[in-house]
Order: sequence, then C-alpha cells, then structure tokens
Amino acid sequence: MTQPEDGTRNRTGIHTAKDAKQAIQGAAEGTPDSARTVEPRRLTEVRGELVREAGSLGTVPRPVTLKGTVKATIQTIKGHSPAVLVDLLAARLAFERTGTRLYDALLIKHEAAHIPPGGPGRDDLELIRDQELRHMGLLSRCLETLGADPTAVTPAADVGGVAGAGLVAVVADPRVTFTQALDAMVIAELADNDAWVTLADLADRLGMDEMAADFREALVEEEDHLARVRAWLNAAITAQAGLSPSPQPPPPEAHKPIS
Amino acid sequence: MSLDIINEKGVPLDRQTFTWKELAGPPFSKLDDDAFTRVRVILMNGIESEALRFSHACARMNGDLQATLARIRRIEQHQQTLVNWLLPADQSALETTIGFEQVAIEVTASVAQNEPDPYLAQVYRFGMLEDFDHLYRYAALMDRVEGRDANNILQCYTDIRPGRPTSVEHRAPADDLRNPYDRASAGVVSKLNALTITAGEHQTHDYYMTVGPTFADPIARQLYAEIASIEEQHVTQYESLIDPTETWLEKWLLHELCEVYNYWSCLSQEPNPRLKQVWDRFLAYELGHLHAVADLMKNVERRDPAELLPTTLPAPIHYESQRDFVTKVLSDEVGLRANGTQIVPADKEGQQSIEARRILNAEGSPSEIIAEGYRWTPGTELDHRFELLEQGRMM
Repeated sequence: MTQPEDGTRNRTGIHTAKDAKQAIQGAAEGTPDSARTVEPRRLTEVRGELVREAGSLGTVPRPVTLKGTVKATIQTIKGHSPAVLVDLLAARLAFERTGTRLYDALLIKHEAAHIPPGGPGRDDLELIRDQELRHMGLLSRCLETLGADPTAVTPAADVGGVAGAGLVAVVADPRVTFTQALDAMVIAELADNDAWVTLADLADRLGMDEMAADFREALVEEEDHLARVRAWLNAAITAQAGLSPSPQPPPPEAHKPIS
Repeated sequence: MSLDIINEKGVPLDRQTFTWKELAGPPFSKLDDDAFTRVRVILMNGIESEALRFSHACARMNGDLQATLARIRRIEQHQQTLVNWLLPADQSALETTIGFEQVAIEVTASVAQNEPDPYLAQVYRFGMLEDFDHLYRYAALMDRVEGRDANNILQCYTDIRPGRPTSVEHRAPADDLRNPYDRASAGVVSKLNALTITAGEHQTHDYYMTVGPTFADPIARQLYAEIASIEEQHVTQYESLIDPTETWLEKWLLHELCEVYNYWSCLSQEPNPRLKQVWDRFLAYELGHLHAVADLMKNVERRDPAELLPTTLPAPIHYESQRDFVTKVLSDEVGLRANGTQIVPADKEGQQSIEARRILNAEGSPSEIIAEGYRWTPGTELDHRFELLEQGRMM
C-alpha cells in the first residue's frame, strides 16, 4: 500500500459496530450520573505525591580524563556547570545516531515507494543521512574535548531515546508507507532543529566559541533537512489527494556538508 | 463442522517444519480485523504457552518421556511463536492488555455456558466477573493517562463497566482453591474447559508481569501490579479445578486434545482467510501430536487412549459477544465472594481474605484511584469533559 485507502473494513469506530447502543447503555448503567466524574481528584493527588517522591533517571558521568587540553577547556566554562553541556551534547549525539538509522530505514522504504513529483531522490536521502552521521562525529569529538565519554548514556540522552522510540517504531514498520514515515521524520527534524539552537546558544554563552560555530553550521544543515522533509511530505500528500502541487517554493538545494 | 479425532491422524511430526520468515509473518490488522480474531490469537498463544509449561514440568518428573516431550515441545514453541507474532507492532502493550481482558470475559463466559457441572460453571462465572472489572479499570487507565478509547480494541462486543470491584478481589490463598473435577466421572468438556481457562489466565499473569514495569505512569505500574496479583489468584483457582490424580501421560494427552479442540474452534469461526489457514494447519499439527501421545500411552501405560478421547468434540467456544449472559451474571452474582472452595454471599466471606486485602489496600487502591467516577464514552471521556467545558461547568 502506498497511500491511505478508503474502505469499509475499519472496525475501530463506534459507527461501524452493530452493538454500539448496548455498549453505551451498559457503560451508563455501570456508572450512573450520580457517581460520574471527569475530574478524578484522588488520581491527581496520588500522581502528584508520586512525582514528589520519585527519584531521578540517573546522573551525568564525570569526565573520564583530565589531560591538559581538557583542563583548559573546562577552565573556559569554570563557574558554570559543564555537566549541563555534556548532558545536551550526549543527547544530541544519541539523537543523531538514531537519526542516521531512521534515514537508513527511510531509504529502504524509498526503494519500494512510488515517489511523486517534488519527492526526494535516493541521493537526497543519502545526503541527509550522511550529514546526520557527520553531526554524530562532531558531537563525539566535542564530548571528548570535555573529557566526557561519548559512549555513555546521560539522562537527557535517555529521555531523547524514550521520546524517539515511537519514531523508530513508525519508520521500521514495513506496513507504514513512505509518506507516513516522512510524517515521523518531520517530528524528528523539528525536535532536532530546536535542540541544535539550544546547544549552539549554550556553547556561545559558556564561551565555547569553536564549538558554537560548529553547531551553528550543523544547525544550518538541520534547517535544510526540515525544509526538505516538509516539502517532500507536502508533495506526497498533495499528490495522494489528487491535487495539483502547492504553490510553494521547491525544496531547497542541499547544504554543503560540513567537513 | 465435526471432526473425527480418532481417524484423522493429522500431519506426522517429521513434516511439522517452519522457517523464520513464516514464524514472523505478517500480523493481523489492528484497525480492520474483527476483535474476535485478536481474541483467538491471544487465547491460542496462551494455549501454546501452557503446552510448553506443562511439557517442561513433565520432563522434569519423567526421564523416560523426555525425548518425545522435547521433540513435540520444539514444534509447540514454534507454533506459539507464529501465533504470537500475529500481533501487530502498532498495538501497544495496553491495547494488548485490553485484548487479554476481552479474552478472559468472552471466552470464560462461553465456557461457563458450555460447562455441564454446576459447581465448575459457577467458578467460571465468579472469575469472569473479576476480569470484567479489570477491563473497566484498564480502560480508565488508557483513557485517563493516554487519552485513548479502549473500545477501538473491543469493537462494542464487550461492555466497559464495573464488575466485582478489583479492590475486593484480593483473597487469602486458601480462598482461591476450588474442588477439582473427578477424572473418572467428569465429561471431557469439563476437562477441556479447565485446561483452556487455566492456560488463558496463566499467560495473562505472565504478560502483566512482563509489561507492567515498562509503563512510565506510576498508577499504571501499580494497577498492573494489582491485577497481576489477581491473575495469579485466578491461575490458582482454575488449575485447582483439574484433577491432580491424573497420570502425567493422561494430562499430556488432555493437553494435546485441548489444543486440537481450540484450533478446531478457531477454524470454525475465523473470517480472516490467512488466519484460517494458520488454524487449519495447526489443527493438523495438533492431531499429529495427539496421536503421537496416544501411541506413547499405549506403549508406556499399556492403556487404551480411546477411554479418554471423545468420539466427537464438544461444542466449540463461541467467539461472539456474550453481553446478555455477562449482564445477567453481573446482576445476579457480583456480590458473591469465596470462602475456602465455596462461592458464597458477601457476608459469609472468611476473615482471612478480608484481612489480606485490608493490608494490600492500606496505602490506597490503584484500581479505585484510576477509575474514580469513570464512565466509558465513545471517543474517550474527554468528549464529555469538552461538553462540560463548553457549558462552563468545569472547575
């Protein structure tokens, strides 16, 4: 299947069930109006209590090495918390690793898909995939500069992994179409764009000028990814709906990869 | 559709083979397939899971049977894989949980009506009302934590409303034991019913124990812990219905017969042609297992398996909504409790069970907390909340 089908087989809604009336009546008998509430106060209270009692996901590992160059770098951000920067760098690194795999999976779907005018060629996807991989390499080097271990999972990286698990589940499912997968990629690129802005700003404010410059360059590429994925998704949806292409600018030219 | 289990020999063991691609074949559609297709897949996974569980226990106690047990068990494990892998990846653990409870309600309700022994039938009705309440609690969880409608899974076949409150289902272990059927006098349907429901409940317990800790929401984690505990009680209850004096080979033969019976039930009612082929193929495989074990019984116990096997199978499990039956049982029996092996009115419940749940519920009851004032509404409770918001009646 390459696009959504109209069909009479979908059974999830109330209007396709012959016993809908009985189901609604049964629920109403089971919880009469006098007992019904949509504001379960105890649930809110207990969830609040458990949030207050909860521990954390874990910690950011301390630097694994304190060689001269690392000491000099740490010195630059003295007075501030290097752990925050390490945590965000590790989160981006994890996200770029997964991002590379998402584009690997998207390339496989691309092979089997009918790509409408305005959609990506294989080389477009490969270019983005390789840029994600280069970003990964950049982040890994940055973490080493700070004496941090690029193989460790920090709390922010862990949260990103949980949040991104749904994206992987969408793109990996062979029943999900190329267009449906592009929808997930827009979510990934939106999150990635915002995170690179945060990272570049933080590096700037901590006086890590070289890193900040690299991150700004990566951000330009990520902005390009988002614009292109959005345009491809738009082209696919427009074609599926049987409409003529939207009067919008064509997908931008790919940004030159960072070295 | 009758089946001559004596003369139908099925597929010989050496022709029961699989490839990895077959084992992990395409799943059914969560959106388009009938809810009872999911019910059958979940139940048959439980039946195969029980086949493995029994086979391992038997092997540990019977050295002379180990080789044949291992041979058949390998096939059963692959059958279970193929069946379980029919579940689609877009069906979340909570959605699968809703499916598990639908199995527990609809299949147990069908079994209760097929059961000729009044005591056993009462035990099935008793357990069914408890699973009925679990469905309501999980539906509230799905709605209130995820904003999703459990009826997308149930497809209006099963009501979402309170049953015997989960918070009062916690009992002392002695109050979960029941009297077994008598192997000599019980009809084969009673034996098949007990094995089927025990298998279903056991996999339900194991599933909740596996997926419970994967939930992030703290009330979800508590609710899975609470309901898994009751599923363990249910396994205790239903397995105690099985006559413990059956020989190992007798139990093995009945397990294979139970698998034949259940695949045959599925085959007779499955609308999905691809799944129908699966049920047909595995019915033939199980007939092969049944005859292999029957031969073993002749050779090892010098006993004629025909004395245990029926000439025709009992009426199949009815894969259709049992709403009218469930509603009547709910109305008549929701107030019942257990005391020892007997199902009794609430005021006759033993002090041990009352004390056991007082301790468990002392810091709050997750099943009560999640479902406070909950009424299922098509499209989620949020539709009603939206109406109240529009009317300016929300806090």
